[in-house]
Amino acid sequence: VNATPRQLVAIVRWEVVLAFVLIADLFLNAALSPYFMDIWVWSDAMFYVTERAVVALPLALLIIAGEIDISVAGIIALSSVAMGLATAQGIGTPGLLAIGLATGLGAGAVNGALVTCLRVPSIVATIGTMSHYRGAAYALLGDRVLKDYPSSFAVLGRGYALGAISIELCIFAVLSVLAAIFLHGTRWGHSLFAMGANPIAARWSGIAVDRYRFVLFCASGLMSGLAAAMLTSRLGSTRPSIAQGWELEIVSIVVLGGVAITGGKGTIGGVVLAAMLLGFVSFGLSLLNVPGVVMWIVIGALLITVIAIPPLGQHWLQWRVRSVRGATS
Amino acid sequence: MTRSFRSPFGRDAALASLTLILIVCISIRFPQFAAPRNLAEVFDDSSILIVLALGQMLVILVRAIDLSVAANLALCGMIAALFNRSFPAAGVATAIALAALSGTALGAFNGLLVWRLRLPAIVVTLGTLSIYRGLIYLLSGGTWVNSNEMSPAFLELTRVRFLGLGVVGWLAVLGAAFFWAMLRFAPFGRRFYAAGGSPSAAAYAGIDAGRMQFFAFTISGALAGVCGYLWVSRFAVAYTDVALGFELQVIAACLLGGVSIAGGVGTAHGVLTGCLFLGVLMNALPLTGVSPFWQMAVNGLVITTAAILNARSARPRERRILEAGAT
Repeated sequence: VNATPRQLVAIVRWEVVLAFVLIADLFLNAALSPYFMDIWVWSDAMFYVTERAVVALPLALLIIAGEIDISVAGIIALSSVAMGLATAQGIGTPGLLAIGLATGLGAGAVNGALVTCLRVPSIVATIGTMSHYRGAAYALLGDRVLKDYPSSFAVLGRGYALGAISIELCIFAVLSVLAAIFLHGTRWGHSLFAMGANPIAARWSGIAVDRYRFVLFCASGLMSGLAAAMLTSRLGSTRPSIAQGWELEIVSIVVLGGVAITGGKGTIGGVVLAAMLLGFVSFGLSLLNVPGVVMWIVIGALLITVIAIPPLGQHWLQWRVRSVRGATS
Repeated sequence: MTRSFRSPFGRDAALASLTLILIVCISIRFPQFAAPRNLAEVFDDSSILIVLALGQMLVILVRAIDLSVAANLALCGMIAALFNRSFPAAGVATAIALAALSGTALGAFNGLLVWRLRLPAIVVTLGTLSIYRGLIYLLSGGTWVNSNEMSPAFLELTRVRFLGLGVVGWLAVLGAAFFWAMLRFAPFGRRFYAAGGSPSAAAYAGIDAGRMQFFAFTISGALAGVCGYLWVSRFAVAYTDVALGFELQVIAACLLGGVSIAGGVGTAHGVLTGCLFLGVLMNALPLTGVSPFWQMAVNGLVITTAAILNARSARPRERRILEAGAT
């Protein structure tokens, strides 16, 4: 009860803050829109989350390890185009899935090779490959639209596993549990924190830093391929502009989830909560007929506000400590 | 020290000759490409890129990155266009001043967040990128401002030619010369290198690296504001998606021109050659019958190649640390 502000800040975990904001947003949505309190509406809201969140998981691992991948949305576009072109060749649903995942994995491996073998800083490498992958999608497709997907392919993005619980949501739940176990429960996960905090020290303590980096970039590519399959299956069509600007939203989810952009800090639980928060905020806005471009403002402002809170809190603490000292002396 | 000064020069010469070879190759098939008038137009076409890249160079020099330049440009262009539509009598100078002022404010906002709160520049500008884009939509209500709604003087300024070059071209020339002189001779310019090369050493020399980051963002924002007017006047239209994704071309031009993403390395003439190479390439692609849909892919390839070359030249210093005993 006699805790100083400093102790209070230390006690309140970021995940708790997120959970409170999430609950507050749910109440707000329910108050503003009469249609919100319905299990199927919530199920729809989760569709908005799952495809982005599936990519946010490996990206969180990458950022914790001190790297970044800006090219994820480009990979989604390229994988989607690859699946669309394969459909035109008459390939069935399992083949399409395999092609989507393989395209993503290949694109991720290219990123990984650029960063580990050629020593390009990951931000530069993936900014380059981002326009390369997206550009390749445009070059292959031009202004055409591919939409002759087999009907069995639509199950992945539109199907339900049980009641209002979609297959997409199940996939995301399983993957986030796996990611959480990997990051917080294994030696490999702990190595990621060490790499992010100090890559040189990590290398000196016998962690094969480059191998981890390469595998993480591959994972991020693979999950982008999976997200492409889910998204393409749900929309039932492919345009080269598919998932435009998603890199911003996915990075926002990760940073909002309390992962330090400088590396070495973060939890999967936070990322999952942040994904749900972003999903419900955007879904709530769309229920109120707010146009998509205005949502950009909300997402951008949310991102900056969230990362500005810790330094602002510190400024405030220093100011408090100074004024208390001034009063006692 | 001598090496880091000498190698960028060799690299600029190589890039410049590569550009010349490109021009020669194209003009063998299309002789009219090398006509002075056409070359001047290609230069005019690259001018906005040059001005933006000069600002971006300052930002990258101090170890930051500004992803919001294109959104800033589009927002300021929209502000100028809307102002001109509502008050055509106020004159072009007022519209340009308004665009420059709003650009400065938007850049300073980025800079303040990075300087005072020590937030990572990439996250800040990723956020402001989407905020600025969204603001254009809010301001314009999603509508377009077309050429018939702009005053003749507003449109005319970018079409005036002087000694063969347009106003945009001259602005790029003057800007490059000014930046070259400032970075080479003025103490203010040298401080950018000091702050980016080693922030802690700069602090001992009495230079606040964070403050230099603030200046870099503000200057980059101001240039983006002016370019906003130039863009809208040149293409005679303003809408939400103006210059969408252009920030990548700006960064690509900087990387091509030898600006190191790690900070502290880069020159105005390097950036100029980088921009000219990209400009010639982008103007030549449609001529040679490459579909416009390929442009983005080629752009990405150029960035990646430039990044690999940069990484190679920086390799010896970087690898010594890791491989001495660790392998």
